[in-house]
Amino acid sequence: MATLLATKNLVVNYGAVQALKGIDIELGEHDIVTVLGANGAGKTTLLKSISRIQTIKSGSIEFKGKDLATVPAFQLAALGVSHVPEGRRIFATLTTEENLNLGAYGVRNLPAGKELQKTKEWIFSLFPILKERRKQLAGTLSGGEQQMLAIGRGLISKPSVLLLDEPSLGLAPIIVQEIFRVIRQIHEEEGVSILLVEQNARKALSVARYGYILELGKVAIEGEACNLKDDERVRAAYLGGSKVSC
Amino acid sequence: MATFVEQSINGLTIGSFYALVALGYSMVYGVMKLINFAHGDLFALGSYLGYTLLIAGSSWVTMHFGLWGGMTIAMLFAFVGVGLAGLLMERVAYRPVYPTGRLPLVVSALGMSIFLENGIMAIWGSRPQAYPAAVVPSTRFSILGLPVTSLQIVILLLSFTLMLVIWFIVEKTTFGAAIRATALDRSTATLMGIDVRVVIFFIFALGPALGGIAGVMNGMYYRAISFNMGWAYGLKAFTATILGGIGNIPGAMIGGILLGLMESLFAGYVSGAWKDVFVFVILIAVLIWRPTGLLGEKTAEKV
Ligand SMILES: Nc1ncnc2c1ncn2[C@@H]1O[C@H](COP(=O)(O)OP(=O)(O)OP(=O)(O)O)[C@@H](O)[C@H]1O
Ligand SMILES: [Mg+2]
Repeated sequence: MATLLATKNLVVNYGAVQALKGIDIELGEHDIVTVLGANGAGKTTLLKSISRIQTIKSGSIEFKGKDLATVPAFQLAALGVSHVPEGRRIFATLTTEENLNLGAYGVRNLPAGKELQKTKEWIFSLFPILKERRKQLAGTLSGGEQQMLAIGRGLISKPSVLLLDEPSLGLAPIIVQEIFRVIRQIHEEEGVSILLVEQNARKALSVARYGYILELGKVAIEGEACNLKDDERVRAAYLGGSKVSC
Repeated sequence: MATFVEQSINGLTIGSFYALVALGYSMVYGVMKLINFAHGDLFALGSYLGYTLLIAGSSWVTMHFGLWGGMTIAMLFAFVGVGLAGLLMERVAYRPVYPTGRLPLVVSALGMSIFLENGIMAIWGSRPQAYPAAVVPSTRFSILGLPVTSLQIVILLLSFTLMLVIWFIVEKTTFGAAIRATALDRSTATLMGIDVRVVIFFIFALGPALGGIAGVMNGMYYRAISFNMGWAYGLKAFTATILGGIGNIPGAMIGGILLGLMESLFAGYVSGAWKDVFVFVILIAVLIWRPTGLLGEKTAEKV
């Protein structure tokens, strides 16, 4: 599998605290990779570094063989990297549709015309509820709807890589199902590569091909998702001890 | 009744100055969360730039382009000049201190205000100057029995047009949505592909530039201008901003117009000498009883 996105020896400091202590991860074309880990392990920091809204201390981030070090953060969407941030971060006082449109803001070949309309219809087919809520202020959407909007907003730029930070956080099981169904669908039908950060290890390992487990800013365990599910340490710490079959 | 009509028209006119200045205040506050204390002084700078252009070469511009042409050119000159001053201010006074927090930013804004006020005094002198009568359109006539001057009509028409244009840009265009998104959450705006620097540029050019135009209008309306006029206007526009709800664009417009009307009616019926005090009483009252303003900051948080 050709590599699409890779970090090499990535180090990030917050003042004196070292949040990432040399991280190497890889995401291929048409791939799903998950990053798991306890609270504070550095998962969000990793995604923020990749999308360049977090400055890094050292190491490199390569996308399609190109070092992103010199690319300003706002140009990443145009290159095809889209980041759906932790906690959704929708623009509360803008309407659902304005939020969606802004997702395509940085993408020059998606002008406000037909192409954008078509992509928007595609988003609406993934999340029909968003179409009904089009004119509603995004801050008044339910938590699940806001998460769908955040994902839709991330997809409307037609990225080749989607970075998802805890999309199932705080959502009812049925909505989580829905979100994971869409993750599978965009991966399988559109070939979007996905880097998925999750607390829900069981679900994440069930969709992912490969997984990394972060502990205190380092990759502690990595491997094929299938093997991780069988790993004693993973089972004890992240799967509640129960056995999950591949 | 005559007083009421006259004072209302007067109030609308000065209210539209306040509204234009308040609009700039509110735009900058929305995106930067900075109360730009130098904003009133940028307005004063606009007054002086227009004045200088109109008196240059014994009113060469007015002689060649006529009263309306001269006025238009003076306003464009102030618009561009003050817009550039706003950009420069952002570059030298705000961008370098932005990462260090809000208090340094406020101190920097106060410093800019003092710098501009003294700069104007150094260039144009401490004695008030006056727009010559010969450059100010002043035909008097009546519409439906209301006594107005041609200048008042132009001021009202132009101010309302400008406000409408700004409202349209901010509320109805994609770039406007990008401005609002940047005001709400810079890092997520960046993830959308918005170049936050461009938004800040736009805000810091347009906000002051509107004040520059208002400065020329104000100079023509009152004729007399002075180096320290920015202080009082800044505070009044700030009051208008608070009245309408800071960071709220339509609020700034409504707040400005309302304040102009209240001030003018107070001057007509109660006391002209105490009208500024009255304005600040309003400011304090609003801060105490309705700090979010009449329209408030727009919120859509679920309770
Ligand atoms: N802006 C910041 N300033 C200082 N420290 C920070 C900052 N952001 C994160 N950290 C610290 O860096 C470490 C990693 O944080 P990060 O948000 O990346 O963790 P996470 O794995 O995403 O956790 P969670 O599962 O709770 O979202 C934590 O110890 C956190 O306290
Ligand atoms: Mg996190």
